Amino acid sequence: MNANDAAVIIGAYEHPGRELPDKSLAQIHAEVAIGALADAGLTLDDVDGFFLGHDAPGYGGGWVSMAEYLGLRSLTYMDSTESGGASPIYHVSHAAAAIAAGKCNVALITLAGKPRTGIQPGGGGPLRPEDSFEMGMFTGAGLVSTYALAAQRHMYEYGTTSEQLAEIKVAATIHASHNPNAFLQKVMTVEDVVNSPLVADPLHRADCCLVTDGGGAVVVVSREVARSLNRQPVKILGQGEAAKLTDGGRVDLTYTSAVQSGPRAFEQAGVTVNDIDYVSIYDSFTITVLEILEDLGFCEKGEGGRFVMDGTLVAPHGRLPFNTDGGGLSNNHPGHRGGITKIIEAVRQLRGEANQGVQVPDCEIALVHGNGGDLGTRMRSATMILGRDA
Amino acid sequence: MDVAAYEKLLPDITPRNKPFWDGCAAGELRLQRCTDCGRHRFPDAPVCPQCLSSSASWEAVSGTGTIWSWCTMHQRYFAAFADEVPYRLVYVRLTEGPLVISVLADEPDELRLDLPVRVVFRPSPGGRVIPQFSTGDLVTAA
Repeated sequence: MNANDAAVIIGAYEHPGRELPDKSLAQIHAEVAIGALADAGLTLDDVDGFFLGHDAPGYGGGWVSMAEYLGLRSLTYMDSTESGGASPIYHVSHAAAAIAAGKCNVALITLAGKPRTGIQPGGGGPLRPEDSFEMGMFTGAGLVSTYALAAQRHMYEYGTTSEQLAEIKVAATIHASHNPNAFLQKVMTVEDVVNSPLVADPLHRADCCLVTDGGGAVVVVSREVARSLNRQPVKILGQGEAAKLTDGGRVDLTYTSAVQSGPRAFEQAGVTVNDIDYVSIYDSFTITVLEILEDLGFCEKGEGGRFVMDGTLVAPHGRLPFNTDGGGLSNNHPGHRGGITKIIEAVRQLRGEANQGVQVPDCEIALVHGNGGDLGTRMRSATMILGRDA
Repeated sequence: MDVAAYEKLLPDITPRNKPFWDGCAAGELRLQRCTDCGRHRFPDAPVCPQCLSSSASWEAVSGTGTIWSWCTMHQRYFAAFADEVPYRLVYVRLTEGPLVISVLADEPDELRLDLPVRVVFRPSPGGRVIPQFSTGDLVTAA
């Protein structure tokens, strides 16, 4: 029996909104919490574990104020692990561990954001714990620069092309066209992607994720609670975490700490890349997906460009269908954080509830991977392998 | 360029980072070097990221390196750089190890990765001297 077998995912909900000017951030947290609990057949009164990132509004990395807002009176376990957009994937893993340790039975994980209509995500604090400067700002480098520098180097070392990166976006747009809630509905071609305006050469606008309002929530419960509910559970087979740091300024942006989190998750789950039917891969940019696929071992390092060609990632019949909701590239990237939607779409796939046209036939094992922070430096990786319940 | 907006992007000069800026003004790239393990580091820090020693000295380094990567910024992220787009950033691996992001002081005829560069010092719009990189002499020498 697997160490994580004590806990299962029983509820998942993605807010249908992508532009929510009239809702507060806390209100979106509440709506997705109620949505995921309703999906499970539970209510807020049942929640005894609460997990959320520091982008949540209020005191205590969010959880103190949000617990009060939601009226969570029965909490026995709280966790506000912060790892950027990957945070919810850590939260599901940590919830499973807490349940296995008998610390709680019904864990609620929420994420919400509304950068599209005016609230830039806060939280996290300064990136360096002591005052010191880096060269970025006054040379005009932004967050996207790291990804562009990584892409350029990847192209130089491995012959990766813009057209190959574009294949990732094309697959996402095909998937989004089957999702009535997706922010982008139009299917793009490789030509459309490479002809979109350059943001940070070699990355085009279409290589970048969306800016959307919204959110999502997931409910993790003990096996015992799951048995009392009339909802198909999803098994948590394995998980792995890793961090890659700045290392005194010596970094290689062409790989991520997925090279460590991946094997840890595969080992715990007792499966290999060949067993994976569906992947939710963090997609802040197309290059993020490419590096992660390589780092997780779906192809050799440097082969990612060739791997994603010819519809590999396109559901339902590609070799490795990915982000079948459209992902952060085409469906939803609420609060600049793609972690929660990655989990939700994997749950849909394993329950056979993905949108018509993208449901992977006989989907038994799914992999969810989050990339928190930058790409290749000052970053964290969380890999989780989920299974359909027999 | 909007000089006031640009100056807001510049870090404050503090007692700890002052040797770096003094070096720039003197035309010399200076990095901290751990007295215990000998490793150079950038950015500046009170402890060595390798061995956590608090003992370090500021040393002039070679000022040479290679272009590890580059990108050209087209999007306006900062008010100060709104009129500058598109501008090229280079990510340079210094001979001593750390990587530094900056701009090229001159556009070479042909830009490729792993091209050798050397640091040059140029006044930024508000007057503070900052390190940039040049391929000039090294390319003709090679």
